[in-house]
Amino acid sequence: MEAEAAKYIGAGIACFGMAGAAIGVANIFGNFLSGALRNPSAAPSQFSNLIFGFAVTEALGIFSFLVALILLFVV
Amino acid sequence: MAGTDPIHQFVIEDMFPIHLGGDGTAGSGLNLSFTNSSLFMVATVAVISLYLILSTASKRVVPSRAQLLSEMTYEFVANMVRSAAGTAGMKFFPLVFCLFTFIFVANMFGMVPYFFTVTSHIIVTFALSMLVFLTVVIYGFMKNGPKFLKLFVPSGVPGYILPIVAPIEFISFMSRPISLSVRLFGNILAGHITLKVFTGFIVTMSSLGFLGILGSALPLIMAVALTGLEFLVGAVQAYVFAVLTCMYLNDAIHPSH
Repeated sequence: MEAEAAKYIGAGIACFGMAGAAIGVANIFGNFLSGALRNPSAAPSQFSNLIFGFAVTEALGIFSFLVALILLFVV
Repeated sequence: MAGTDPIHQFVIEDMFPIHLGGDGTAGSGLNLSFTNSSLFMVATVAVISLYLILSTASKRVVPSRAQLLSEMTYEFVANMVRSAAGTAGMKFFPLVFCLFTFIFVANMFGMVPYFFTVTSHIIVTFALSMLVFLTVVIYGFMKNGPKFLKLFVPSGVPGYILPIVAPIEFISFMSRPISLSVRLFGNILAGHITLKVFTGFIVTMSSLGFLGILGSALPLIMAVALTGLEFLVGAVQAYVFAVLTCMYLNDAIHPSH
């Protein structure tokens, strides 16, 4: 196989990592929503925790995107 | 392709070349040139300083709108430091405030078309995170001495699994500057590349004729939505960087778990 082709295949495989981040972010928002519906008065105080968890989880998807970018443009 | 090349926006250009030493060939000597990156760092600091100085110059009991905004920023960061690092952490308030406002304003600057995004370069975010990391390590050892190493020995863990837990804690501690810097850098870089790719779709599609112009409304809507998302991401990442700084400082102030 040519190295160029392997690069593109690798970049595509690297994007599978985003599926994990998608599951993680969905977990955070889904659980927040179910918790917020049970106890709506406590929900606003947890908004910063929600955003924090979202950002930390989303970063892992960004890491896999970065691997894809490095394969495409740097390697 | 130069117009739609998604990486082109991150190119660093010398504005005032300053080269020390070297024999004139590329890469030799010390390059201290004033670049577009430096320009936007200076602009960020200048905007923050001018705003905070001017808005609080005429202090009033009933604040004006500008004064209210700077007071709200202060209160926001102060609450963040107090809740994550305790009252003892307030001596690090200036550091956290500077980091938060710098990253926030730099990210907002980056959203203006044709402006350079300072935080899209890993060397900038890595320098910021190494500043935090070294502050934590040096202050932790200064304040607690060798007791700071208790950070790697969580209390309540049975002795026989400590040989496994302690190295894991150590590795997670040492990878903090990397994860902290790559999180900010990756989010900003990925967001700007995505924006550029979607706006590139508009140009490519609308060059296909009448149907293409109609169809290019779809990436246009997407680009507008992504711009909104990027403003959110820029603000959230500045917040996350500041909160994580507070949490790491908390480890230095209260090392036992």
